[in-house]
Amino acid sequence: MSRLTVRDLWSTGQLRARQARFLLPSQRALFLLWIPSGLAAGAVLLPILYLLIRALGGGESSWEIVLRPQTLETLWRTVWLAFWVTVLSIAIALPLAWLTTRSDLPGRRLWAVLTPLPLVVPSYVGAYLFVSALGPRGLLQTLLEAPFGITRLPDIYGLPGALLVLTLLNYPFLLLTLRAALLRLDPALEEAAASLGLNRWQTFWRVTLPQLRPAITTGSLLVVLYVLRDFGAVAIMRYNTFTRVIYIQYQNSFNRSAAASLALVLIVLSLIVLILELRARGRARLASPNRPSRRPARLPLGRWRWPALLFCLAIVSVSLVLPAGLLAYWLLRGLAAGEVLGDLWATAGNSLLASGLAALAALTCALPISILEVRRHNAASRLLERISYAAFALPGIVIALALVFFGANYVPSLYQTLSMLVLAYVILFLPQVVGTVRTSLLQVHPNMEEAGRGLGKSAIEVFARITLPMVRPGIISGAALVFLTAMKELPATLLLAPSGFPTLATSVWSSVSEAFFARAAAPALLLVLLSSLPLALIEIRQQAKDKIVR
Amino acid sequence: MTANALALNNVSKTYGVDIGVHNLNLELAQDHILALVGPSGCGKTTTLRLIAGFERPDVGSIHISDRLVADPFQTTPPEQRGIGMVFQEHALFPHLTVGDNVAFGLRRRDASRTERVRFMLALVGLEALAHRFPHELSGGERQRVALARALVPQPALVLLDEPFSNLDADLRLKMREEVRVILKGIQTPAIFVTHDQDEALFMGDQLAVMHAGRIEQIGEPETIFHVPETRFVAEFMGETDFLEGEVKTDGIQTEIGLVRQEVGFALGTPVELALRPDDVSITPKVGAASLVLARRFTGALNVYRLRLPSGRLLHAFAPHDVIYQPGTPVEIALSARHKLACFSRQAATIS
Repeated sequence: MSRLTVRDLWSTGQLRARQARFLLPSQRALFLLWIPSGLAAGAVLLPILYLLIRALGGGESSWEIVLRPQTLETLWRTVWLAFWVTVLSIAIALPLAWLTTRSDLPGRRLWAVLTPLPLVVPSYVGAYLFVSALGPRGLLQTLLEAPFGITRLPDIYGLPGALLVLTLLNYPFLLLTLRAALLRLDPALEEAAASLGLNRWQTFWRVTLPQLRPAITTGSLLVVLYVLRDFGAVAIMRYNTFTRVIYIQYQNSFNRSAAASLALVLIVLSLIVLILELRARGRARLASPNRPSRRPARLPLGRWRWPALLFCLAIVSVSLVLPAGLLAYWLLRGLAAGEVLGDLWATAGNSLLASGLAALAALTCALPISILEVRRHNAASRLLERISYAAFALPGIVIALALVFFGANYVPSLYQTLSMLVLAYVILFLPQVVGTVRTSLLQVHPNMEEAGRGLGKSAIEVFARITLPMVRPGIISGAALVFLTAMKELPATLLLAPSGFPTLATSVWSSVSEAFFARAAAPALLLVLLSSLPLALIEIRQQAKDKIVR
Repeated sequence: MTANALALNNVSKTYGVDIGVHNLNLELAQDHILALVGPSGCGKTTTLRLIAGFERPDVGSIHISDRLVADPFQTTPPEQRGIGMVFQEHALFPHLTVGDNVAFGLRRRDASRTERVRFMLALVGLEALAHRFPHELSGGERQRVALARALVPQPALVLLDEPFSNLDADLRLKMREEVRVILKGIQTPAIFVTHDQDEALFMGDQLAVMHAGRIEQIGEPETIFHVPETRFVAEFMGETDFLEGEVKTDGIQTEIGLVRQEVGFALGTPVELALRPDDVSITPKVGAASLVLARRFTGALNVYRLRLPSGRLLHAFAPHDVIYQPGTPVEIALSARHKLACFSRQAATIS
């Protein structure tokens, strides 16, 4: 949920009008901001540059790899998966969004809280649970075998499995964008349509839906971006999209140029989606400039009430109740079978350590970048911001791969150390934390700082006593967000974690790849719990802040 | 001789191709209030920010209490200028209480700190609210906190940037009186920026009218109002109509008759007279060439809108009980006891 909010808040338009120059006392102080910002931007560019060098260094052969039929098939599979995940997500999210905002659905508030929750489930945990239930030798088959003698179920591996998992875990991105858009709609437009003789159905198709189009576009592109990045679900479901093919290339042949070339193709694909998303967001903002004063009316569902309720129930059951039940089942079964939890705490400790360091490091890089971008609005600071944003187009597997190659070749002392892992996390999650910090900085009116300066305080003192306390919520939620996503990050951890440093994510992965479903349950559960904790923290903070500022 | 509170010498500041402010010159005596007035975008706020130190001038110099604070080569940072600023949106620190907001500009180890905060809050009538947060205050209360915060470090100069623009009309009237009394009471020089001419006339001991980045005229409110030096000032101050005429030997010939006054223009120069409704009086007369178009009742007065034979419109005041119906033919006379402002239509310069 929070991931979406952050990306949403990244949008700048309305806020930009309010910014002015921030007065810094000297060139020296500016230097203090430019140096860490420049280093952070360099770190983001490093993997891309390195992959470029690698791929070009491979000469003719790497181009052959990019152009050979298998690559095109991979491209096709990736696009095909992204397309269907998006279509199904729209089919789920659009009715859910409408029902929870605009109808008299019974238990509307409860559904509104429950339906976005699948976002906290990492895709490999979701995939693992569905495989454990529906896969060969899975729960369902075992249940059916004794009474009915069914020994083979339709194969879940491949497109169906990946589609199922990614749809159920990613539709919330669309749901949240659509809900926001529906709440922003001016009710006068629908009333005007009704006064012109359109019935409710016609009004929806001819007035409401066209206004939702920008939200559907941005939400869909977000879903596509996450499908392109995803490694866990496609790997467990054995569907060969780019991330899995890159991983296999890396693991089996150690053909670095080939893996690098494929990674570059994936980056280009993600960049295209990212750019489209940015542009769609810009247009969406133009389309709905301000919030209407009235809330739109809620429509009675009438006899559609029960089918609607059934729909919500079905979605929540499959995307939330079923995985939770399966997790509980495997956990209990594991405990009953004498699965030891002893290592679990050490593993959780590793996860907390790496994610905590990542949050701290990302914040240290993000703060100067955000300050420069918001208060010194010039070409260089904009470039910094763009670069940090571009990291959104870098899937974890790609960054991990680049750092593995780079580390092994140039800085063997850093290779397979915790610092390398933290660096990967910083590169991956810098955009999120820059986004939140930047947004809260934009909400501090420059007048506040000027008032402080006018009252005889130096720039540094004003920053410490006014700016920092006011952006503290943004800083905390930015750090929490990095913590949360780093905890769940699989491919980067898998490739870069020091040997003998298991984290929750990697121990789920290794248990699942050996089909030890019961052993994976405890770390998976702990992972979901620990990573949703910061989410709750953000939510509480946000609510407290909303109370203070009107 | 006492020092000037503020002096600007040939100050210019440009932003790209737009002129921000151009060639500003002004001096402010101790314990005077200068009202800086002009339409939006005229450079008032830029002027204020230059004085405060949030902008640096491209050309010219700024002195506060005879101390050089800015020229193109060096600028004193805002925190060392000894100014107090009241912002348009108040800029109260949302995470600090009223008391802490007001105390912000005082040094931490100042023994008299609490005493001064209490005194200042008492001065603005908010002692009881010291522990509230800004979001718990009404608009007028926030305004007073902003003023108290700016005044408590005893600044050499107070800058107020359209401080009342977010308040309701009644409250504005009340606040401007209060603020003037407080500023006069503690004898602090101030610059008050506004786009409202009434507010400017009320607040300023001195008035500076700005237009397109330049100061058009600076002087006492009465002078600015009655002897505008440029057509812009005449038009901006008061409800002014312009009447075309031509210079003759003994005055100016207009379509409502000869206006007898001395004019510094050559014979035959086409000119415009600036007329305010109080300069014009009307009497109904059958067959007169001018007509009453409409009457606007303001309570104390009736304001008549008149159409001259040429089609030009003019406004006139009449007592509240003198009522003419629209369509009444009237004779127009000029009843001003002072010289009317007159501008050449060839170049807008003083008569």
